[in-house]
Amino acid sequence: MKKELTRQQYLDLYYYMRLNRAVEDMMVKLFRQNKIVGGLYSSLGQEAISVGTAYALEKKDWLAPMIRNIGALLVKGVPPRDIFMQHMAKYDSPTKGKDGTSHFGDLDNLHIVSPISMLGDLIPVMTGVAMAGRYLGQKIVAMTWIGDGGSSTGVFHEGLNFAAAQKAPFVLILENNLWAYSTPVRKQVPLENLADRAKAYGIDSYIVDGNDVVAVYSTAKEAVERARAGEGPILIEAKSFRRMGHAQHDPAEYVPKEMRAHWEARDPIALYEKYLSSEKLLDSRNKQEIEEKINTLLIKDREFAENSPMPPPELAETGVYCTGDDCHKIRAKWERPIAEVTPPRSSVKAVWTVPGFGSGKGSGGANAPIHFGDTQPAAREVGNETNSANGGKPAAKMAAKAAPKKTVKAGAASASRKARR
Amino acid sequence: MAKANGSGANGGESSGTQVTFLEAIKKAMFEEMERDPAVILIGEDVGVYGGAFKTSEGLLERFGWERVIDTPISESAIIGAACGMSYCGLRPICEMQFIDFIVCAFNQITNFVAKGHYLWNAPAPMVIRGPSGGGVHGGPFHSANPEMYFVHTPGLKVIYPSTPYDAKGLLKAAVRDNNPVLFFEHKFLYRRIKGEVPAGDYTVPIGKAVVRREGKHLTIISYAAMMHTSLEAADALAKEGIEAEVIDLRTLLPLDEETILHSVKKTNKCLVVHEDTKTGGIAGEIAAILCEKAFGDLDGPLMRVTSLDTPVPYAPTLEEHFLPNAKKIFSAAKELARY
Repeated sequence: MKKELTRQQYLDLYYYMRLNRAVEDMMVKLFRQNKIVGGLYSSLGQEAISVGTAYALEKKDWLAPMIRNIGALLVKGVPPRDIFMQHMAKYDSPTKGKDGTSHFGDLDNLHIVSPISMLGDLIPVMTGVAMAGRYLGQKIVAMTWIGDGGSSTGVFHEGLNFAAAQKAPFVLILENNLWAYSTPVRKQVPLENLADRAKAYGIDSYIVDGNDVVAVYSTAKEAVERARAGEGPILIEAKSFRRMGHAQHDPAEYVPKEMRAHWEARDPIALYEKYLSSEKLLDSRNKQEIEEKINTLLIKDREFAENSPMPPPELAETGVYCTGDDCHKIRAKWERPIAEVTPPRSSVKAVWTVPGFGSGKGSGGANAPIHFGDTQPAAREVGNETNSANGGKPAAKMAAKAAPKKTVKAGAASASRKARR
Repeated sequence: MAKANGSGANGGESSGTQVTFLEAIKKAMFEEMERDPAVILIGEDVGVYGGAFKTSEGLLERFGWERVIDTPISESAIIGAACGMSYCGLRPICEMQFIDFIVCAFNQITNFVAKGHYLWNAPAPMVIRGPSGGGVHGGPFHSANPEMYFVHTPGLKVIYPSTPYDAKGLLKAAVRDNNPVLFFEHKFLYRRIKGEVPAGDYTVPIGKAVVRREGKHLTIISYAAMMHTSLEAADALAKEGIEAEVIDLRTLLPLDEETILHSVKKTNKCLVVHEDTKTGGIAGEIAAILCEKAFGDLDGPLMRVTSLDTPVPYAPTLEEHFLPNAKKIFSAAKELARY
């Protein structure tokens, strides 16, 4: 699986993993000083997944993080101070204190979609981003993450199935960290490999060691390239372990000690440092330079964050609605000739073709009967007068025009589609 | 039903043609898609089949597979994908095959779509539309009026028109709006009413009610199919010397308080009629607004004629008992007029 990277790429991966951990370490300190307003969620031990996958994206690509993907945000270009301020609910944070944690985005520059706390919702949303990018000719890939826990939501299924049906350029990283809050994965899903879920959608999947950043990156890179080439969505299961509790308040005593010890011995940063040293890609001087760079950056950013004010109370009243062009200029960025998607070039014959059976048109014509509306409504009495509620138009007359223009030759497709409800 | 058309503030140009409510909606989508290639349609059976009610018939032929997207039966995926598209500058129109199924995507709409602009400054210019309402014996899962679930959600706009003119003009306004807009189409009206729709491009402003009938004795506030029933009742009331002013809300969120207050301060009495069930319906909200802002002007209690607080029953006898009708409105209005 491992591919040759440039030295700079190897060092970038190292830098971002170290940065990810240092940012979170600093937030633990802030949390203990009561400077963080709400909960604090840790990705300790999972940094290789966030960093390795996001590093496989190009600048134009889109991502949507989950709560434990601070590393992906850093790779995409979010400054640490924004992450600090988000957690501290500061006025200068990307959401101006209206939301916390990794719940923020940037549509215009970094192409980041904000998550919400409900798991799985990002999957159809990022499918839509991928479809829009394809429609606009941008050749982008959309990526998001889901946990072992979130992979059991209904919208996970709806979203991934739709992405597959649309062959959307979409990559889904399933971070299997073995625990959904206090519930072990075996109690949630009767599968050895959660990547097997991909089979249900007819899409390809990979399983990767989530603590091996080079393997994660190489796998993600291949998946991103395949998705970009039009092969459809791809699921990557990255196997790892959630070393902290669900959030800071949770000591996670339900996790067996031996299990924790096993994974602590497989720390992704320690493993990678060992690899880099053995490959002569990192010496103690490089390491010290990187540490100093991170240290300097975080001290500066933490200071900035601490000095930012809390939002003024009245801010709570603002921003529910976009007020128009002065608020947001919404413009699609076309990177293909618009003529391709506008009439007459967009025109098609509206028929389904069923292999082996030919084609059929589903429509019954402009005067097809509607499901229920053509039954004769009861006359409605008002005071003394009687009034036909359908405007005096006999229902029978409307129904008479209902003869379909064309019968469906091969009804198999449309008949089965209509079998619901 | 002809009375609703061309009366009040929205009399169209005389060069227009008479079209059904359904045709007005179809024309609005067709024209918006012609005008702007960022507008796409996504939903179940909207393409080859042209939609369960044929509201999108002909759109696939004209605009192609990339812009008219048939989806699996996955309402959350429809709304979610449309939201993602809107983040990229597209203006998707989502069709719910029946508006009852909108609640399958409730989380996606209320938590994701509605909150984005407030929380992280992400506008979601998208329209969610579909056939709603009862009176056609669709039963408990094909007759819903779920508007109030969404009127309670800041960040959304909710439209529920009653005439072809408004349906077309408001749907166009919804497509051009930078916010997520829910557009309810009362299916009882689809082919039962016709109205004049001007030939040229026009929009109807979101958030503006309209006075459908002038009157001085009491104000009847309604919307959608019940607006027509209220006008029938107003005709009957007129024969007894009671002149009811009838207001068509058209938009439920944001609510046009100004038009409501202006009318009630004139008539001093208010009756709200809606097909939605009673508890938690818009009548309660209007009652609160009147208490806050026009208490001294009221000469009688706010009254309401609504559906029963039950699911929509299937049998015609049951459904007719469940729904408001002109007779019930007439009786309530007469009682109110006595104050």
